[in-house]
Amino acid sequence: MDVKVNLTVNGKKRSVTTDPKRSLLDVLREELNLTGTKYGCGEGRCGACTVLMDGKRVLSCVTPAAQANKKTITTIEGLARGDSLHPVQEAFLAEGAMQCGYCTPGMILTAAALLEKNPNPTDEEITTAMNVNLCRCNGYTKILNAVRRASKK
Amino acid sequence: MTQNILAKKVEAQQSEASDEPRCEFELSRRSFVKLLGAGLLITVTEGVSFGRRSGGRSRRSITVAARLHINQDGTITVMTGKVEEGQGARAQLTQAAAEELRVAADQIRLVMADTALVPNDGRTAGSQTTPSTVPAVRRGAATARELLTRLAAEQWKVDRGALDVRDGAITHQATKRTVSYADLAKSKDVAGAFAQAVSSDVTVTPVGAWKVLGTAVARPNWRDLVTGAHRFPSDFVRPNMLYGKILRPPSYGATLESIDLSKAKAMKDVVVVCDGQFVGCAAPSSFRATQVLEVIAKTASWKTVSHPSSKDLFSHLKKNARLGGRSRPRSRGSIDKGLADASKVLERTYEVAYIQHTPMEPRAATAEWKDGKLTVWTGVDGPQQAQGDLARTFQIPSERVRVIVPDMGSGFGGKHTGEAAVEAARLAKAAGRPVAVHWTRAEEFTWAYFRPAAVIECKGGLDAKGALIAWDFTNINAGGAAIDTPYNIANTKILSAGSDSPLRQGAYRCLAATANNFARESFMDELAAAAGIDPLAFRLAHLENQRIRTVLEAAAKHFDWATRRKKVTADIGVGLACGTEKSSVVAACVEVGIDRKRGEIKVHQVCEAFECGPIQNPANLTSQVQGCIIMGLGGALSEEMEFADGKILNASFAGYRVPRFRDVPKIDVHLINNTDIPSAGGGETPIIAIAPAIANAVFVATGVRIRSMPMRFVPMTGEVQKR
Repeated sequence: MDVKVNLTVNGKKRSVTTDPKRSLLDVLREELNLTGTKYGCGEGRCGACTVLMDGKRVLSCVTPAAQANKKTITTIEGLARGDSLHPVQEAFLAEGAMQCGYCTPGMILTAAALLEKNPNPTDEEITTAMNVNLCRCNGYTKILNAVRRASKK
Repeated sequence: MTQNILAKKVEAQQSEASDEPRCEFELSRRSFVKLLGAGLLITVTEGVSFGRRSGGRSRRSITVAARLHINQDGTITVMTGKVEEGQGARAQLTQAAAEELRVAADQIRLVMADTALVPNDGRTAGSQTTPSTVPAVRRGAATARELLTRLAAEQWKVDRGALDVRDGAITHQATKRTVSYADLAKSKDVAGAFAQAVSSDVTVTPVGAWKVLGTAVARPNWRDLVTGAHRFPSDFVRPNMLYGKILRPPSYGATLESIDLSKAKAMKDVVVVCDGQFVGCAAPSSFRATQVLEVIAKTASWKTVSHPSSKDLFSHLKKNARLGGRSRPRSRGSIDKGLADASKVLERTYEVAYIQHTPMEPRAATAEWKDGKLTVWTGVDGPQQAQGDLARTFQIPSERVRVIVPDMGSGFGGKHTGEAAVEAARLAKAAGRPVAVHWTRAEEFTWAYFRPAAVIECKGGLDAKGALIAWDFTNINAGGAAIDTPYNIANTKILSAGSDSPLRQGAYRCLAATANNFARESFMDELAAAAGIDPLAFRLAHLENQRIRTVLEAAAKHFDWATRRKKVTADIGVGLACGTEKSSVVAACVEVGIDRKRGEIKVHQVCEAFECGPIQNPANLTSQVQGCIIMGLGGALSEEMEFADGKILNASFAGYRVPRFRDVPKIDVHLINNTDIPSAGGGETPIIAIAPAIANAVFVATGVRIRSMPMRFVPMTGEVQKR
């Protein structure tokens, strides 16, 4: 039985009628055409589907759409303010912290959530926060540098 | 039928540079103009044929117009059949064109991997972009530059030698006349000139004069990656599109005996296709399509076949090894005499498990049929090869198939085959609507191909002074990449033997070079220990290849090998390894820590020196080397396909462990810029030194020699896990 899910995505009020068990990832990608959020595993173990829900990072592939009702969602498309990139986005560019870039939206949102909560994380804290996010190009070294750089801003 | 075609292709691809049928490709002037959009068309020769031979080099020259197009605003569109899968081809090929045209990199717009627009530059594989496509693009751009310069000289009736080319303009200093490429391109003479073939002997810029190559040019579309604006193959949405799912057999080799589609067909807004063994469905959302597939799957009955399990993998490969027949060893001296003369002979067997590429983006395609023509957006490393596969599958001329590969979510050699493209096209044809097929992670883990497993048998003989005089090396199943020893040994016998691979296997980053280097460099360490000689000194004593010596000595120096070798404890070890493949050389020193209680090998530090000729983009090369090092940790320590009864038992990131942030060691990369030779690719070879260096470090600390990848310790005992 479909339900109505009302949510605010990247500052816009949206309403989607859908199966409550359908993943938030599918809703974002297929209903709202926000394809910056990626499918990587469907089991919440790679972080490619990371979005912010009320400011906290969630894995949208294992988040049922119904849970997003009345929530505020930020996807990678909504992180910049107009042409002005978020400091984490700037830092990823400055460090060249991506290869294929498929994991990048999830990496950036995870880092943004971390820095929102803890503006000056230690390397250990960065590693702990980011450990769920996989990069198969294995660009972890430059990604860590990017998060460190963003934390200094 | 499709599956058979694909399976055959994968077998052929084991050598990575196998001979492929030459693809012909035609492009009409009108469609070209339409596709490139606004801009001044210099010329297009109708019916230009492109071809390639194995290794990705052009068999016949293409026209200048087929390689590049000068726009009215002075920007230049350059076309290549290479794909961007994260390894930096987009930046590097942009640099190549900019260098020879004497313009800034940001004046180049690179169109990649669209079969309606680009020449066939061969697969993006085998580290061929740097040695083959970069030179091809440079020759194309240099020919264009020369043609434009010659035209300016003719127009001004001055000597060609009196003209300078700089910043996209040609200048005659004596008369202070300047003309831009864009202005010059308006002349009809240019149209005629660009219809000429790219010159094979045009002078390209020498390394010492490089201004754009050799610099850290960023990937041109990086901003779109951090904003989420870039559309990967799995992000393509077409109007009225459906999402497709394919019914997979429950196990390898299982065949469909019966199925009842009536219930699924009665579902609203659903398309169901059954064509022999191919069963699939499409629905307005992937959630809905998954529900439909579940309904279909419940009605299917399958005939299964027996299949070897990973527990018996190595005995199975050995039992089925094709050691005779067409497998001929390469020999030097007499291996029998060498072994007979040796005062000490060692005999060891090494094993390497199947692993998977696990690209972050699983296979994906969106297919659309219009007026009997098929367009597919998909993630493959050979757009023209996928075009050919689709044309054969649907029995239509390849001109009616257009394959577009948007910059994709990695591949590592794992995306030679376009299964998702064929599947999406089949469903789209039946549905009469565009269909997207996105493989799940479990599908990718099960139905993509794997890096071959290996059993490697080694025999080595030392003389009384500890010199290596005999080397007998047989790789069963994994292939011949980097199988030859770079060490100077009088008597050698080296063989790559096929076997019966239980899993579908194919290319992977550096393919068999990792297995062969693991065995060789581990065995060299065992021989060094048997000879009582330091492993670095033992290698250098047998090594004439100056390039390998240079990286080995550089890695040892930066790591401070001599000092740290003396400081090893029962829990902290150091090891080294080196190797060569695809015209590049690598050496690594590592430090590992052993946690006996938890049975863990933790890599603390990797110090790697790498050389692949003149460095074309240092930032990108650093990323490639760092990526190879960390990817190498996965195959060395944790990655392994487990299977039984034709089923993959660990088809998820829960069961198949790839490196994560927590696994990242301290990494020191030392790039050596060797300008005496042509540039080679750098995205593969840095992976091959990691596993043996770790195995050698574990041995130094513990005295335990691990001869199987992935390497594991059993908690508490310190003994190697028995398979």
